[in-house]
Amino acid sequence: MSNFADKILFLPERASTFAEKVDQLHYFVVGVTMVSSIAVGLAAIFMFFRYRRRVPNQHTEYVVPNLPTEFLFVSVPLVFFLLWFAIGFRDFVFYTTPPKDTYDVYVMGKQWMWKFAYPEGPNGVNVLHVPAGRPVRLLITSRDVLHSFYVPAFRIKMDALPGRYTQAWFEATKPGTYQVLCTEYCGLSHSKMLAEVVVLSPEDFEEWLKEQKRGRLAGRQDALADTSLVPPVARMAEQGQRLAGTQGCFKCHTMTGEPHIGPTFLGMYNREEKLEDGKTIRVDEAYITQSMMDPGAHIVSGYKNVMPTFQGKLQGAETAAIVEFIKSLRTPNVREGASQGPAYEPIQ
Amino acid sequence: MNPSSSTTAEGVLPAHDAHDAHHDHPSYLVDGTTIKSWLLTVDHKRIAIMYLVWILLFFLVGGIFAMAIRIEMLTPGPTIMDAMTYNRTFTLHGMVMIFLFMIPAIPAVFGNFVLPLMLGAKDVAFPKLNLASLYIYLAGAFLALWGMINGGLDTGWTFYTPYSTHTTTTVAPVLFGAFIIGFSSIATGLNFIVTIHTMRAPGITWFKLPLFAWALYATSCIQVLATPVIGLLMVIVTGEQLFHFGLFDPARGGDPVLFQHLFWFYSHPAVYIMVLPSFGVMSEVVATYSRKNIFGYRAIAYSSLGIAFVGFFVWGHHMFVSGQSTFDAGVFGVLTMLVGVFTAIKVFNWVGTVYKGAVDFKTPFAYFCGFLFFTVFGGMTGIAVATTSLDVHWHDTYFVVAHFHFIMVGATVMAFLASLHYWFPKMFGKTYHEGWGLVAAAFIILGFNATFIPQFLLGNYGMPRRYFEYPERYQALNVASTAGASLLAFGFLIIAIYLVYSLAYGRASGQNPWRSKGYEWLSASPPPTHNFVGPQPTYPEEPHFYVDPKKAEVPDVV
Ligand code: HEM
Ligand SMILES: [Cu+2]
Repeated sequence: MSNFADKILFLPERASTFAEKVDQLHYFVVGVTMVSSIAVGLAAIFMFFRYRRRVPNQHTEYVVPNLPTEFLFVSVPLVFFLLWFAIGFRDFVFYTTPPKDTYDVYVMGKQWMWKFAYPEGPNGVNVLHVPAGRPVRLLITSRDVLHSFYVPAFRIKMDALPGRYTQAWFEATKPGTYQVLCTEYCGLSHSKMLAEVVVLSPEDFEEWLKEQKRGRLAGRQDALADTSLVPPVARMAEQGQRLAGTQGCFKCHTMTGEPHIGPTFLGMYNREEKLEDGKTIRVDEAYITQSMMDPGAHIVSGYKNVMPTFQGKLQGAETAAIVEFIKSLRTPNVREGASQGPAYEPIQ
Repeated sequence: MNPSSSTTAEGVLPAHDAHDAHHDHPSYLVDGTTIKSWLLTVDHKRIAIMYLVWILLFFLVGGIFAMAIRIEMLTPGPTIMDAMTYNRTFTLHGMVMIFLFMIPAIPAVFGNFVLPLMLGAKDVAFPKLNLASLYIYLAGAFLALWGMINGGLDTGWTFYTPYSTHTTTTVAPVLFGAFIIGFSSIATGLNFIVTIHTMRAPGITWFKLPLFAWALYATSCIQVLATPVIGLLMVIVTGEQLFHFGLFDPARGGDPVLFQHLFWFYSHPAVYIMVLPSFGVMSEVVATYSRKNIFGYRAIAYSSLGIAFVGFFVWGHHMFVSGQSTFDAGVFGVLTMLVGVFTAIKVFNWVGTVYKGAVDFKTPFAYFCGFLFFTVFGGMTGIAVATTSLDVHWHDTYFVVAHFHFIMVGATVMAFLASLHYWFPKMFGKTYHEGWGLVAAAFIILGFNATFIPQFLLGNYGMPRRYFEYPERYQALNVASTAGASLLAFGFLIIAIYLVYSLAYGRASGQNPWRSKGYEWLSASPPPTHNFVGPQPTYPEEPHFYVDPKKAEVPDVV
């Protein structure tokens, strides 16, 4: 049944857990839409014949609706619309709240390509490798204008905005290669801003990751001969730490747990911070990014609004690296579950 | 010779001699034949005709660009143009169709022409402002077109920042043109509001107002309230580009999403500026051709106001995946459903009007049928895209393109063509060939479906909008859509031919060829310059009252 429906509706392959939910509602909504349009059409055609004019000056009866009729006109559609809204919004909430243990990848849109960066190091252009059966969270930004990251097979889409991060997540259900398209008009080659997601089985993915690391190490070995060719430190967190140094973050923030002019980075990620105005906020990627770009937006209680903005000084990828660096500074007491790693263990 | 006496008018006309009317009170068309008497006229009817000429011209321009787009989409790669030309073409198509055709079409042409007639008034409240609106509209239109040809804008009609402030193409004159057109829109809206409040003839109470007048009233309220927002937005974007204000530029601490909020705060209500007048036209058409009083008059009138009101609170449904909070998306989603309910009320009441009527299947009625289908299907797909989780997949794909063409282009074009045929005898005193009218209507309605139904499927399939090139798998549906567009274009060609022919050689129509009891038919067709000769007509009945007075036992409230 659903196979046939997919064919006549031209639905692309379904390859994520979210896609299943979207399509079920899709059948329901489109089905009712077609049935009711056809019903109104048939009712109209029937009446054109039944009530055709017989004499030019024909008089007609004076017919007006009574209250129950009008009530019916309002309530029947309303019930359907609200039902669709309720189901749709439940699924939308599912889509906008990623589970806790996601595998994170940074995505940057740029005229006219997609760049992907993994916390562990490897990065690439226009090809995103992810494991099947594991939730993957995308942290999306743009370097220039608006873009929108769209994977039809997963039924997901999220705008890429310069100067901030948005997030989207999916759990791919089967290995394969799926197309990524840009759906926000972004200039001359908008329609060529294509990429693909390669979904690998978990074992193949591990294998792929190892290979990436080996490849990079090999690259480093070769490069030893000529220091000018030493590739940039690839692990994002390391790169972020270096950047934090050169940008002067450590003038005010420590990595040791000591508060200084600003709060310490240690264990900051995922902490609930109390704000000046009495509210609390959870430190996530969005908040860290915002604090770099617009430091005055939420001041943590007990600190002064002295931090300069890094808007325009940091590029998207650099921001991402610093965020990863801060995320890597975890203490056992903010860590959930049983793991007892050392204080500075970067998340892998 | 011209039987314009009170028997065919079927309304209550004060007795006067039809022949006298002809000699002493020439129709507005021949009352002054110099060019100046047209260009400087303050007669609402002549202004309407001038609007009609320009609007048809701009519709032609927009249509030619539409065909260019469809032809380009025939193959996955370049077909007849390069990427930059394509990007400019869809921008031009969108700009011209929205700002120069759909927003002004029905209010400025048919609203101007028939509103005073429906109210039993001699003219609109501010005749000189009415003429000024026309020239402001033309000034803005030509500035925008000049900008699009010299330099060429490639942002799409939505001008999203930061692309629109960074692009090297000329944005400023086009935005400034749109800004100027806004003033015309506001002036027309104000004029109609004041006219409806102050110029109704004795006897026309609010609840005896024709539904077209109600629709224009609701539209005008939106125009007056929302247009200033887009006007200022256009000025800010121009400032961003020329002087680097930085309000929307993240590199200067601005917010690109703020632009979208401001833009849709106008542009969503603006879609109702485009469709509400169509709803009004259809209420008149369905009543006339089924010779029935309007079923649920008050429900239709109130739902226009309801749409105008909630229309201001649904703009966020264009931004479900823009990083807006989940909570906001939910709120905007629910509110959007209300628009759907108001539209549903109208649809049921139109069908109710046919019930127990006496249907005469003439050309405007054929457009009513097309309209009914486009509104139901287009509106329902609107509900579908307002369903948050589904919109994640459909947003900015061809599904949305198909949806808004069904509802706003479908409905507006059906209503525009219905008005053109329905009021053609009123405006020119001539008839057109009914057979050709029905043939053209069939081409247009079929062509429309054949053009846009494949686009719904393309959207499902995942083809994004504004794509110059596309993966091969989308080709078959694109070819189908282009084929449909050719049928559509052919339909327009037929109409152009027989209407121009009728203008020259059409038979005299008489005052009221449809035997309608709409108020506007109480004056001669074409009307004399001051609309009514002799004392004002009186209005003892509600509009479209087709009940046999001898048998009638009629409640006085609806
Ligand atoms: C039944 C009433 C309607 C509903 C529920 C509705 C809903 C929506 C929704 C939710 C979207 C956003 C889709 C997206 O961005 O992916 C949308 C887009 C759009 N709608 Fe409607 N709509 C309705 C009627 C109309 C009407 C009457 C018009 C025009 C006259 C219209 C014109 C548009 C346009 C132009 C877009 C495209 C926005 C864009 O992506 O650029 N809609 N509509
Ligand atoms: Cu893009």
